[in-house]
Formats: sequence, structure tokens, C-alpha cells
Amino acid sequence: MIPGSFDYHRPKSVAEATGLVARYGDTARVIAGGHSLIPMMKLRMTDLDHLVDLQDIGELRGISVNGQSVEIGAMTTQHELIASEVLTEVAPIITEAALQIADPQVRYMGTIGGNVANGDPGNDMPGLMQCLDATYTLSGPDGTRDVKARDFYEAAYFTAREEEEILTKIYFQANGAGYAYEKQKRKIGDYATAASAVLIAKEGDVCSFASIAMTNLADTPIYADAASSELVGSGLDQAAIDAAVAAAIDAIDPAEDNRGPIEFKKHVAGVILRRAIERAISRA
Amino acid sequence: MNDMTPEDRKSALKGMGTSRKRVEDARFTQGKGNYVDDIKLPGMLFGDFVRSPYAHARVTSVRKDTAMALPGVIAVLTAEDLAPLGLHWMPTLAGDKQMVLADGKVLYQGQEVAFVVAENRYIAADAVELVEVEYEELPVVTNPFKAMDADAPTLREDIAGKMDGAHGPRKHNNHIFTWEQGDKEATESVLSGADVVAEEMIYYHRTHPCPLETCGSVASMDKVNGKLTLYGTFQAPHAVRTVASLISGIAEHNIRVISPDIGGGFGNKVGVYPGYVCSIVASIVTGKPVKWVEDRMDNLMTTAFARDYHMHGKISATTDGKITGLWCHTTADHGGFDACADPTKFPAGFMNICTGSYDIPVAYLAVDGVYTNKAPGGVAYRCSFRVTEASYFIERMMDILAIKLDMDPVELRMKNFVRKDQFPYQSALGWEYDSGDYHTAMDKALKAVGYDNLRKEQAEKLAAFKAGESRSLMGIGTAFFTEIVGAGPVKNCDILGLGMFDSCEIRIHPTGSAIARLGTISQGQGHATTFAQILASEIGIPADDITLEEGDTDTAPYGLGTYGSRSTPVAGAATAMAGRKIRAKAQMIAAYLLEVHDDDVEFDIDRFVVKGAPERFKTMKEIAFAAYNQAIPGIEPGLEAVSYYDPPNMTYPFGAYICVMDVDVDTGVADIRSVYALDDCGTRINPMIIEGQVHGGLTEALAIAMGQEIAYDEMGNVKTGTLMDFFIPTAWETPNYITDHTTTPSPHHPIGAKGVGESPNVGGVSMFSNAVHDAFRPFGLTQSHMPHDHWRIWKTANQLGLHG
Repeated sequence: MIPGSFDYHRPKSVAEATGLVARYGDTARVIAGGHSLIPMMKLRMTDLDHLVDLQDIGELRGISVNGQSVEIGAMTTQHELIASEVLTEVAPIITEAALQIADPQVRYMGTIGGNVANGDPGNDMPGLMQCLDATYTLSGPDGTRDVKARDFYEAAYFTAREEEEILTKIYFQANGAGYAYEKQKRKIGDYATAASAVLIAKEGDVCSFASIAMTNLADTPIYADAASSELVGSGLDQAAIDAAVAAAIDAIDPAEDNRGPIEFKKHVAGVILRRAIERAISRA
Repeated sequence: MNDMTPEDRKSALKGMGTSRKRVEDARFTQGKGNYVDDIKLPGMLFGDFVRSPYAHARVTSVRKDTAMALPGVIAVLTAEDLAPLGLHWMPTLAGDKQMVLADGKVLYQGQEVAFVVAENRYIAADAVELVEVEYEELPVVTNPFKAMDADAPTLREDIAGKMDGAHGPRKHNNHIFTWEQGDKEATESVLSGADVVAEEMIYYHRTHPCPLETCGSVASMDKVNGKLTLYGTFQAPHAVRTVASLISGIAEHNIRVISPDIGGGFGNKVGVYPGYVCSIVASIVTGKPVKWVEDRMDNLMTTAFARDYHMHGKISATTDGKITGLWCHTTADHGGFDACADPTKFPAGFMNICTGSYDIPVAYLAVDGVYTNKAPGGVAYRCSFRVTEASYFIERMMDILAIKLDMDPVELRMKNFVRKDQFPYQSALGWEYDSGDYHTAMDKALKAVGYDNLRKEQAEKLAAFKAGESRSLMGIGTAFFTEIVGAGPVKNCDILGLGMFDSCEIRIHPTGSAIARLGTISQGQGHATTFAQILASEIGIPADDITLEEGDTDTAPYGLGTYGSRSTPVAGAATAMAGRKIRAKAQMIAAYLLEVHDDDVEFDIDRFVVKGAPERFKTMKEIAFAAYNQAIPGIEPGLEAVSYYDPPNMTYPFGAYICVMDVDVDTGVADIRSVYALDDCGTRINPMIIEGQVHGGLTEALAIAMGQEIAYDEMGNVKTGTLMDFFIPTAWETPNYITDHTTTPSPHHPIGAKGVGESPNVGGVSMFSNAVHDAFRPFGLTQSHMPHDHWRIWKTANQLGLHG
């Protein structure tokens, strides 16, 4: 459990960081909280010569809320998300989800940027960002560009981010919908057996808005568009919820692992989603 | 002290029965412990292993050149290098032998192939990647039943065709031993004529002790004076010294073994591992100290696993629930080498305690040990040798029999308990239980938890479930265990020919303080606290004035170490006996000082008083000083004693455990609502430490029952080699525990103590597992295998048709 040797860089700005990444190409990796990367390095499953640590880049930190507009710097830790009152005010689903990530020690180090950029299907934030319809800003040698969270994930650990790009911030528009992040895991610190992020808004008794995403149930997060559509326009009755759950189960593609076989995961995904929908309705 | 009341004087000693705070904790909680990896010697090198990625393969070549070319690499050792020293294989504690480094083939994933020695651990890790090993894969056998097929590949080619094993005849090249106990014919005859017979296959899965500190050693060979100093994570340092001498040829007086602070053992640190041997050889070869420390994956994958017993059982009873016989055939998966840590005459440990707490007139047990392509081990993980397996077997069979008889599981137990008046009790499988009062313990437990009300609540919850109002089932897990600990009498317990006595040596200093040294070694049990308390009560010197030392073979008296809850039953007894020798001499000194006959003084808490004249006395402090400054006719100066204690029998702690859980049939999540644990460990030395031991043991039991396993795929790959998948409960997953006790002293132990550290694991696993089964009993479940993690519980519910 000892990584191979590498050079350590600690840039002070995004420009400096992207410059290092451009210079060293695929022999370099950026490190945020390190909770995914360091174990991979120790297992020697990730081979790199240059580690570019982003923790001294002040411009990557912080949460800004302007009305319903939310912008979060990539190096903002899960702990900072949980502690932010303004964020909890406009997007309480982030607080609810972050509190279900690992344990306090991990959350002091783990960042939202690392969580969404790594492309690990076990991470909670990618699904949540798809549910919130968030956008990621990527900085590269040729400037910045924006990619929707819903378009970002291609396969496990493969994303729309180019090798020389760094994910610098995340932004989205909150809408005050009822929310729930529901997660089943084997123990504290584990990835989800199944998790779902749900936002639901009502006009009168009719569902006016729904957004559903599922975590660790395929090799990417799953934005369950069809499931959301089953709810919108419905009276959020049992039949609509059943249809949404069925559509979501149809959209996922879990793999067997030590958490259990596929059949089990699909069943639990349905149970977890149903609970999330019901909780979100109760808050809508 | 003279104006103190007797009660004051007694409490000042902090002797037995006091919840004295652990003296060890000041250093542990401040990061001042001294563990193996804290040891740094001048010029020390670091060793690391090249390990096999395959579970079964021929090693066709090992190329060292590239690794040797890396700056800082000192040596790369292979079996070929160790062979001239005869150290490429080593004896196991079970009478088998084990490869130190792969000798032509590998038998399990992670097996040690080459040992790289470098200037530091970083270079060693880099060099491990540069050693080029060529393998030729062989068919893998991970199932012990398939290993016994006629056409199964031979795993151990070194003993192919050698049909006499260390424990009698072998039936197959992959067979290790058959061990039989009890009366087969009589048992089978009772079973065939019985009113009711329950039969089931009970599998106790493979798991691992996983102590916080992994295994490691630092070997330092001083070539000038010919002395080898070996620091290591050893639960039995003296036995390690003897074994090291026997296999290395270095005279025993030239070997000093030191177990420094040990960060948990739970059986994992009883065995002898290739890393220890390689660090010694590397130090001999290089003339420098060499350190080897496992990482977590090495630890989980290669050093001693526990359990992996397939127990086929039959139990018979009359229609009104009186048990008439018990039959068990166990297939024991030992992995690639038989490296079980059991007393020599017990290849399946004390599995023959499997009649449990019940008066079973006739029983038969057979155990077949089998080789597979898995890591070797088979240690007693927080239990006496194979006792959790035995206890789990009988406690599951009792619940299954209760189902068959349509009886409450507690009622069945109460009906069959060994009665108080039957002790000492001779079990059908050959043990003599020293003392017990099972009915009283069970009654106390039932009252404490409100058992009848729990059953009523369970019935209501079941009705609600059946009515579709709830998706949760309530399970009540009851378990009653009898441990067998304190190995043991030298007449039937030895390891590699070393009798399993233990020892204590005491020196009283002139000012009345003392040092005591023992042959055991604490790994978190708190020996420095509790053994001082035994002595305080025995010799009247405050526990705070007594230093305890263990683990250095140059200074401590010889002993067999700490495992199987043997420290208190054996070394604790030696401590009391050595204390009594001190007291006997102190009595003579006191009589001389008081100018009376020896028989005219008597011991009184912390002093000797003249009988009938309590105002005339000498305190132990005064006596200690006199021992060193007065010429007393007929008495040697000084005040020292040593005792080697060979126990006349084992001790048999017992307990009644009950837990309640709510099982979500849709997610498979079991929410443990309450746990009640009543332990009877005989005389209680330190109630606070006992409570801590019970909490720890229950938590390990929870882990094993609810999720912890070493799982392999069909290729022999370890699927649970990190703490991501190997379940260690955090505070979050750990329920609150209610502890309780009864006290039935051991009649043969000098202070009546029985040992407790492992009881909660023995009783706890059955309790948690029985609760899961109990939740599903109304739907026809008889047996589902541990660990009861979410998906397995879900699968049970699914198979019982509870998902609609």
C-alpha cells in the first residue's frame, strides 16, 4: 500500500494548475480531497509522475448564492457544504446528501469537485447534480467551457472532461421543490447499494416538476427522465409513483458486487426511490 | 494507615472486584504506545513480499535482476535462497509444514513468492513490482467438498501419496485428518429410533480477526555476539523463541523475543508467518536489522483466517422436547496448509464442546480437515479453539429443533440445561464442566428483557405484517453458551510439545512496591491492570505499587501466551499462587518481628496481625523492608517468588444473551433494537474491564454475524480484501449493550475466575444469527447462512415469497 514515486506540485492559481497539467499531459493528475485518487495510487492502479494539488487555489473554494442561483467552487469540501446555511436554505437536498457521504473525517477533506469529476459511479454528488440539472465549468489551456452534469458522464471513470482540463466550479438554479436524498449502504463509509435524488414541485394537487436521478446503479449516474415524466402532470397518486419507479428501474443497469446480485439491487433501488419520492412529496 | 478502617485499607489496595481504571490507557490514548512498527533500529532495512496473484499455479521462474538493479535494493530472497538453510519450509502449529516462499508452486492468492529487502519501505515496494515471476496456472479448488472428489487436482504435491498425516490416516491427497469423538454407534442407534430428529447443514463462514495493528516483526542479528533479537506481534513470545531456535538452529539462550505493545490479536497473532522467518533470514544474511510489517490487504488475504466449518448436524428428542442424542459431521476448510493454532491433540480444537449447555446423553462428532486453494489459518478468533463454531452449531440446532417441536426456543433450552446439581458434569464428548448454574442465569435474563412481553409484541408485529400494515418483522435472538477456556492441563494440552502451563514471577522491593512478570502478553486485555489487582488482594500491596511486565523472553518466566481466554485461568492462577508463596514467607518474617510463633499471626488485608491481638501487627510494607535489612535466622533475605501453574482442568464460563431486531424484508436491513448479555465468568476481578471486554466481543460478534467474511470467487480471488468490503462496525452500526452477570466461581481455580474476553463472541454470534432466523420462523425458515448482510436477508425474504 505504498504508491510509486511522483513529483508533487502545489499551484496557486487555476492558470498555473492548467499549465502544469498541459505540460505533463497524461503523466499528471490533479488531486482535490484525494479520497479516491490516493487509494488508487497506493494500490498502484493509477500510475502518475506528477501530482497537482489544488488545495492552495483560493479561487476554487467557496459557495455563492444569489437568489436562486447557486455557484460552488470545486474545492469546497463536503463539510463546508453541510455547514453552509445559505446553501441549506436554497438547496437542502445537498446538505441531506452530503451528510450521507462517508463520515466526518472524510467530509473534512472530500470536495464536491473531486466527487463529481472523478466519474466514479459510487459517488453521490454526480447523480445529485443531474437531479439539480447542474452545469460544470471546465478550465483548460484554451479557456473555459461549460458541460451539463446530465451530459458529463460517459462510463465509469470516463467523462466529458479532457485530460488537460480542470473542473473548477458547479452552478445551478434552485427551484424550491420538495426534495429527498435516500441512500442504502452497508455501513458508514460505504458507497451506496442504491441511492436516489428526487425533487418534486406541485401546483395545487398536480405535480408541476419532477427530477429523479439514481446513484451506483449503472456505470454512470442515471438521470431518470422517463421516471420524472411519469410524475409530472399526475396527482402523485400510487399509480403514478408505481409508473415512475418502474421507469427508473428500467433505466438502471446495476452490476453484481459484494453488495449483492443484480436482482436485489433492482429491488432495493425501487424501494429506495419510492421512499425518496414519498419524502419529497411530503416536502413539496 | 493505622487509623484506617478495614474497609478503607481494603479499598486502598484496589484489589479484586474494583473497577480500577486501566493503567495502560494513559499511554495508548496519548499515542505513546510502543508497537512493532514504532521500533526503529540503526541501519534497519525493510522487507516486503512479492505475492502470487493466482490461487493455484506453478512458479516456473523468478527473475530478480531488474529489482536488484534498483538503487537501495539489498537482496531479493526466493525459496532457492532459503533452501540451503532448510528454511524454505517451516513447521506449522498443527503438525503440517508451510512454504515460507513459494517452492515450485503457489496454493493461494497472496502467497509469499519472494522477499525483497531494501533500504526503506518505499524502495522495497517499488522493487516488488520489478521482480518478474512466471506462473503456469493450475485448476483451482475453493470448495472443500469438491476437493475430496476422486478426480480433484492434488494441491499438496509435497505430500502426495503420503497417507499418514500428523493426526492419523488421510483418505485423499487433499485430506488432512479425520478426528472422531464420542460414540458413533450408540448415537446413530438413538437417532434412528428417536421420536423427533432435526437435521441441518450449518455453515459458519470464513472470516478474519483483523486486529487494528497488522502482523509484523523486526529481526536483529548481532553477528559479533551471535544473538538474535526478534521483536514481533506475538501472542506467545516464549513459544516463538523455542520454535525459532528449533527451526533456525540458533541456541535458545541466544534468541531474545520481545512482544512490545500489541494492537489487538484475536488469534491472528498466534501463528508463525513467513514474514517473521524472512525478516530473521534477511537479518542474518545482511547483518542488519530487518523490519517486515503487513499492510491491511496482506493481513486479510494471507495471515490466519478463522472458521470456515461446514457442520452437518442431527439432533434427536422426545416429543415433549427432551434431547436424546446429537450427531455432527464437520468438513473443515483449512486452506493450502494446515496452520491451525490448536493444542496438538485437538486438530479441530475443542469442537467437542458442541453439546453446549445441555445434558445430552449420547453424542458423536467427526471432523474432516481438507486442503483448498485458500489462505491457511483456522485460528480461534476471539474464542477458545473452535468454540464459536461449536457454540454456533448447537445454538442453531436448538432453534431448529424448537421449530420441529413447535416449541419456544427458550423453553427447549430450559428443559435440557445441565442442572446445577449435576456439576462437575461429564459431557458425552469427554469434558468435565467445572461449575455452572444455567437455569438461574437464563431466568435472570428472561426477566431482565421482559421475554414474555417481547414475544407478545412480536406476535402483534407479525399480525400487522400479515395484514399488510408493515413491511418489518421482529426477531428475538436467544443464545445460551458454555465456553471452554484456560488451556490447559499439561496432561492433555500442548502446542508443539510445549505444555500449556503459565507462569508468574514476583519481586517485592525493599520499600514495599513490587514487580510481577508473566508468561502471557496483553493485546488490549488490560493485564497490567487486572493482574496487579489479583496480587493486591493476595499480598496486601496496593495495585498502584505493582508493575506488571510481559513479553520479553529474557526477563519474563516461560509461558504459553495469551489466546483462548487462558490468561486469567492459567497465568492469573499462577499470579495468585506466586502471591501466596510471598505471603507464606511474609508470615514467617512477621512472626519473627512480632516475636510470636508463625502460626500465631494471620493475614489481614495488608498486614499480618497477632491472633487475638489485632493492635499488634506488621504491615506488608514493614515486612518487605525487614526482608532486605534484617538478618532473620532460618530465612533467606529478599522477598521473591515464582509459580508455574498447571491447571487441573479447563474453566467453563457461560452466559445468556438475548437481542431484539427489526428486519426490513424489502431492503434486508436489520435494525438491532436491544442487546442484553449476561455473563458468568466466575469471580470478577475488574467489573469495568469485564464490561469493556463484553462490549468488544459483542461488536466483533455483530460484525461476523451481520456482514464480515473472507469471500473467494471461483478463481480463488479474495473478494473482500479491503475494509471497504470486509465489515468492521463503526460506532454508528454498533448497538447499545446492556451487560449483566451471575457469579459461579470455578471450584478448582485459586481465585475462582474463569476468563471472559471471548465469551461475548461465542454467545454473540449465535444470538444475532438466531434473531434473524427467528424473524422469519413464522414463514418456514429453518436455516440461512451467515453473514446476514442486506442482500442475504433480502434473498431469504424473497425465497420465502415475502416480496409478493
